[in-house]
Amino acid sequence: MRYESWGRWIPSEPARVIPLQWTSSIPRFDAESSVLAYGMGRSYGDVCLNNGSTLLDTRGLSRFRRLDDDGILECEAGATLEDILRLVVPRGWFVPVTPGTKFVTLGGCIANDVHGKNHHRAGTFGRYVRSFQLLRSDGSLVRCSRDENVELYRATIGGLGLTGLVVTVELQLRRIASPMMRVEQLPFHTIDEFESISRASDAYDYTVAWFDCFGGRAARGIFFRGNHEAEWSAAVPAAGPAASRRRFPVGLFAPFLVPLTVRAFNALYYHAQKKSAPRAVHYEPFFYPLDRLANWNALYGRHGFMQYQCVIPHEAGLEPVKAILDRTASSRRSSFLTVIKTFGDIESPGLLSFPRPGTTVCLDFAAGETSLLTMLEGFDDVVEEARGSVYPAKDSRMSPKRFRTFFPQWEQLAALADPKFSSTFWRRVTS
Amino acid sequence: MTRVAIYGATSAIAQETAKCFAAEGASFLLVARDAAKLAAVAADLSVRGASAVETIAADLGDVSCHAELMRDAGIVLIAHGTLPDQKAIDPDPAAQVDAFSLNATSPISLAAHAAVMLERRRGGTLAVIGSVAGDRGRRSNYVYGSAKAALHAYCQGLRGRLRESGVNVLVIKPGWVDTPMTATMRKNPLFASAASVGRGICDAIRARRGVAYVPWFWKWISLIVRLLPERFVKF
Repeated sequence: MRYESWGRWIPSEPARVIPLQWTSSIPRFDAESSVLAYGMGRSYGDVCLNNGSTLLDTRGLSRFRRLDDDGILECEAGATLEDILRLVVPRGWFVPVTPGTKFVTLGGCIANDVHGKNHHRAGTFGRYVRSFQLLRSDGSLVRCSRDENVELYRATIGGLGLTGLVVTVELQLRRIASPMMRVEQLPFHTIDEFESISRASDAYDYTVAWFDCFGGRAARGIFFRGNHEAEWSAAVPAAGPAASRRRFPVGLFAPFLVPLTVRAFNALYYHAQKKSAPRAVHYEPFFYPLDRLANWNALYGRHGFMQYQCVIPHEAGLEPVKAILDRTASSRRSSFLTVIKTFGDIESPGLLSFPRPGTTVCLDFAAGETSLLTMLEGFDDVVEEARGSVYPAKDSRMSPKRFRTFFPQWEQLAALADPKFSSTFWRRVTS
Repeated sequence: MTRVAIYGATSAIAQETAKCFAAEGASFLLVARDAAKLAAVAADLSVRGASAVETIAADLGDVSCHAELMRDAGIVLIAHGTLPDQKAIDPDPAAQVDAFSLNATSPISLAAHAAVMLERRRGGTLAVIGSVAGDRGRRSNYVYGSAKAALHAYCQGLRGRLRESGVNVLVIKPGWVDTPMTATMRKNPLFASAASVGRGICDAIRARRGVAYVPWFWKWISLIVRLLPERFVKF
């Protein structure tokens, strides 16, 4: 079992790992120097690492407890969205919010208060967490909801796993009539065009855009928008096309990959995807195109990669977004998948939630060079100037000063955090 | 609807096997030592589609209670066991006998009871979890291995007896499986997930197979291990 983070850039060196199997017999961990829950390791930077100290492996805590007729699912916090979808889709339910992979645990979704393509309509994941049980290092099991222990409830949602161990979760699912999606794709060439399509797409539950940073003057992108199909079409397999877990032969192709392949990939992707009238697509390729390759993170080679995701509030206009994309393009650095999306204004209950009304941009880069760090530092300047924020779930480099500027509520979290819980990220940004 | 009785129902492999049957609406009898763990498994199977779940908390090491643990069931899975630390029990004969008893005497006793029940039903499957470790004695796990070897031979004979009643006896021989039982072992690429082993067991039960290596390639590894002459290769 490996305990890496998804970017594989920061080495993972836990001193000890305690696998958890049963909610009824969680070993005491008050003798450890510090602990952190580790689920699927899908966060990119160091929020899921606890180097030199102890990880609690939650993957054994994945049992269901209850699914009632109103779509309230109660289960253990190590259950993944994949486990849940496999159970609930055939019964006409769907997860209320999903990130770009289904290989994430409920605990991870809560700790990072994840968002998805429906943020403008549904808000963040935390809004659908009705309650959870939180195990603190003093041995107490605290039930948290909007009505009970509200402060801990709010601090845990987006709380980066620092408030304790989430043991069980009560999640509100959403009704669907079909596992199929009705999807439309619109090509665009400028950020202003993106903005106008985005504005005209409020009737769609899910919106997201892919952008090719290499385009330069011939910039190009594709706007995806879709809804769940309103009616069940016969003979649709709820499970979707064979969920391939093919592993990528690491190291074999990696040296050639960056940046040549990235460029080819982007060009191919554009031409493969650009034209499309509304059509029916299964939810799996729509939400989880990258899950078909089990370890796509290895595409960047042995040194790993970094993601940079920020949000630029509407008040700052689109100039900061353009500035970041232009600088990425002129740096000639490879970004496999540059993603742009407009966040809505639905508030999260989470104290340290990342999304806020505005435009979010997500870029990825092969890790390793110091000049990259300098460039990202420059992006931070742009984001700070725009009064925006950078997403901790993807970060492995922002300075303590930036973190405190982007998340002035951090001191409230520090006050509510469990004294035994810590992470490499937390020590880095609070040092 | 199929009724499945599982002894050692909180083992990782048993849980994964049960999930496959739960999805088809089977009903269950689950037996294991820890009541709280049993309740967690029972709830999970109910959500997954089990039509009914009965649980009994019992120590399966105590063969005197086995008669009371029998229920009418079309599929019986005997999955309890323990992997002792061989080095630690090398100098301890009593501990060796205990480990042998829990891995051989106890499942054989349950199998004997289940055989009577299944014979009366004139149909069904008795599935028992053996191990590739039972295919050849090795110094690193010979108590566990010899217990499994006893179980294999017992089931082979029982299979002959029950064939006349239309009952199949299946011995599953898993290789290395990533479960709490092997938590302290260093993992290598031959380790399989409990989920894939569980699916393999369901398939073998449905196909009414006699012996099933899961994953399949252990059949060949085991063959080679058995054929290596002891004169030259001492495990």
